Amino acid sequence: MSANGWLQILLFLVIVFLITKPLGIYMARVFSREKTFLDPVLRPVERMLYRATGVDENHEMRWTEYCIAMLLFSAVAMIVLYLIQRLQAFLPFNPQKFAGVTPTHLAFNTAASFTTNTNWQVYSGESTMSYFTQMAGLAYHNFVSAATGIALAIAFIRGIARRQMQTIGNFWVDLVRSCLWVLVPFSIVGALILVSQGVVQNLRPYDKATLVEQMQVQKVGQDGKPVMGPDGKPVMDTVTEQTIAQGPVASQEVIKEFGTNGGGFFNANSAHPFENPTPLTNLIELICIFAIGAGLTYTLGRMTGSQRHGWAVWAAMAILFMCGCVVAYWAEARGNPLLASADQRLTALQPGGNMEGKEVRFGIANSALFATVTTDASCGAINGQHDSYTPLGGMIPLANIMMSEVIFGGVGSGMYGMLVDVILAVFIAGLMVGRTPEYLGKKIEAYDVKMAMLFVLVFPLVILTFTAIFVVSNFGTAGISNPGPHGFSQILYAFVSGAGNNGSAFGGLTANTLWYDTAMGFDMLLGRFFMMIPMLAIAGNLAQKKYVPPSLGTFPVTTPLFTVLLIGVILIVGALTFFPALSLGPILEHLLMVAGKTF
Amino acid sequence: MKKNLITAIAMTIATTVLLGIIYPLIVTGLAQVLFPHKANGQLIEANGKLIGSRIIGQAFTGPGYFHSRLSSAGNGYDPTASNGSQLGPTNHQLIDRVKADVATLQAENPGVPVPIDLVTSSGSGLDPDITPAAAEFQIPRVAKQRGLSEDRVRELVRQHTEQRQFGFLGEPRVNVLELNLALNEISQKAAR
Repeated sequence: MSANGWLQILLFLVIVFLITKPLGIYMARVFSREKTFLDPVLRPVERMLYRATGVDENHEMRWTEYCIAMLLFSAVAMIVLYLIQRLQAFLPFNPQKFAGVTPTHLAFNTAASFTTNTNWQVYSGESTMSYFTQMAGLAYHNFVSAATGIALAIAFIRGIARRQMQTIGNFWVDLVRSCLWVLVPFSIVGALILVSQGVVQNLRPYDKATLVEQMQVQKVGQDGKPVMGPDGKPVMDTVTEQTIAQGPVASQEVIKEFGTNGGGFFNANSAHPFENPTPLTNLIELICIFAIGAGLTYTLGRMTGSQRHGWAVWAAMAILFMCGCVVAYWAEARGNPLLASADQRLTALQPGGNMEGKEVRFGIANSALFATVTTDASCGAINGQHDSYTPLGGMIPLANIMMSEVIFGGVGSGMYGMLVDVILAVFIAGLMVGRTPEYLGKKIEAYDVKMAMLFVLVFPLVILTFTAIFVVSNFGTAGISNPGPHGFSQILYAFVSGAGNNGSAFGGLTANTLWYDTAMGFDMLLGRFFMMIPMLAIAGNLAQKKYVPPSLGTFPVTTPLFTVLLIGVILIVGALTFFPALSLGPILEHLLMVAGKTF
Repeated sequence: MKKNLITAIAMTIATTVLLGIIYPLIVTGLAQVLFPHKANGQLIEANGKLIGSRIIGQAFTGPGYFHSRLSSAGNGYDPTASNGSQLGPTNHQLIDRVKADVATLQAENPGVPVPIDLVTSSGSGLDPDITPAAAEFQIPRVAKQRGLSEDRVRELVRQHTEQRQFGFLGEPRVNVLELNLALNEISQKAAR
């Protein structure tokens, strides 16, 4: 670990801190429908959209209608994405003449993946998806799945803030305002900054370059095996060209991070030099991932009239972020003892550490930071291959997702996930002193806690069930590429990532099979929508409650004590549920690695 | 329910046009006007022929070139199949591969420790860079093959070493393609 590495990590956290308030105020204004400086441009577009789609912007919805509107929109958009993939051969912007996406289970998996803000990818973008599919199918969902998340978080915050009301807002209005006011303006500016650093943005066909030095590669037969010559040696082919994949990358790159989607334009995601060419783009992408999640804590404080509560939640997130970051950075900088024959020391000329699967321009600090941030939030973009991280370095992303990605979190989903944890924390505090728990003037009663527990339990239930089935089945274990405990981690990571709507992977897993595509599809859908429903139920129930003024017995949610309790709840809910699984995977692998065992 | 279903369909169509088509086309237009070179991939031409992108690595294995890192993108540095090796930290394939590569490199430059990035594959398989340590390690071999003094080659490496951005972001790095093109240029001048 180097001082410079820590400087970069702290700088990142400071920037996140600095943007929290302005972004939070801005979002509070947008969703309270107050004036903003963008109104002259955006109000006409907004009105036009409502007219075209038959939305009455003054109509208020009960939680049930809000939920139905959200589900209908997600379903329709998912079907359209499926059709775009299948029909891309007949659609424009397809210079590489890609055929429709096959097999059907891949198209289903990808449709579910992008609709749920997961962006789990079992295809390789540069060899599968046309520019039209990338723009109008995948990047489109990066906008609307993020906007859906933000809308729901705002609805939840309204539920807390409102008193004796039956409604929590209008889904269509929240959706449109998220897109137009929050996501689009920042994306246009962000995309251009990324292009200025070297992220590509074009619609040209792939370029063919003549290699500076020709390359000899083993000739591979139609059966996928190397062709052997009569002398028993492999036959070599000479490669003289490099096909450089292009595309409208920057416009998708920025919303991929800003909307915590994480789906790479290219297979290598943010490790690819065309997606993330410089350390500055890396920093910008990192900031984009946390921006909205951090801002929403301020929006929470502002809309509920308790700014210190917003900061108490922010502090819990920041502390958990730093804990993960320290462990990941330490583990990766320490390197892999099994590779001790090479020089893994930190020197003036190299960062050292475990460089398998990492890019030189990012080194160890920025790779460990990225892995932590992308899984604290439900982003899932990667700038290094998590599968090749050390066991403990790879456990941090896994554990972050297991804590339901509430550390700044997915846009919107991190906020409402965190608020459910807050309700549990307040409930536990109430149990300790033997009084009915209250949260910002609302009594937390049996119905709320039941729904919160449902929200919390759906997640491990889905993950552990699928993982258990796949680790004892041939169709499950067939996908493993790294034997030993790491193979178990690969399967566990997949279902954790799916249900958590993260989308990062231990990428060696062969997951484009009928079984994996189908199971992962449902894993993602259940992890998204079956958690949203109980969450909205809590919001609706809180909205219609009376305000109870705080008394001496009220547990304050604005103090460091509350922050500590909240962290405790997050760790207990996440760790107790998943610790057995973690000990069978990364922890066991770590112990075996230290003992010098390979597989 | 029915009203919301109609709105859902209309909203999907309207927002697809707005966010899925108009937005990326606006960004493409602005990018092509403001930063055309960057937006098209920083392509390098020589004698009117496209020879690569500045930020996409190429495989170099000949003794007279600085070698790139290992690549798992297709057959090596194939931008239509970007990928890492995905080998886990306890996978014997990884451990054996590194051991063998270290032994080969050690024979080339005895007594000097082998920098880790030279024997590991990158995340994208397209990493354009090596660390200054990996460049330093290869200087004796390249100098000997090219008939140049080590100091001359070291100076060239220094010129092509990119320091941390703004002095503190990322890691120092050496662009292999640009360094090798500069080497070729020197050799051609000497031949003339």
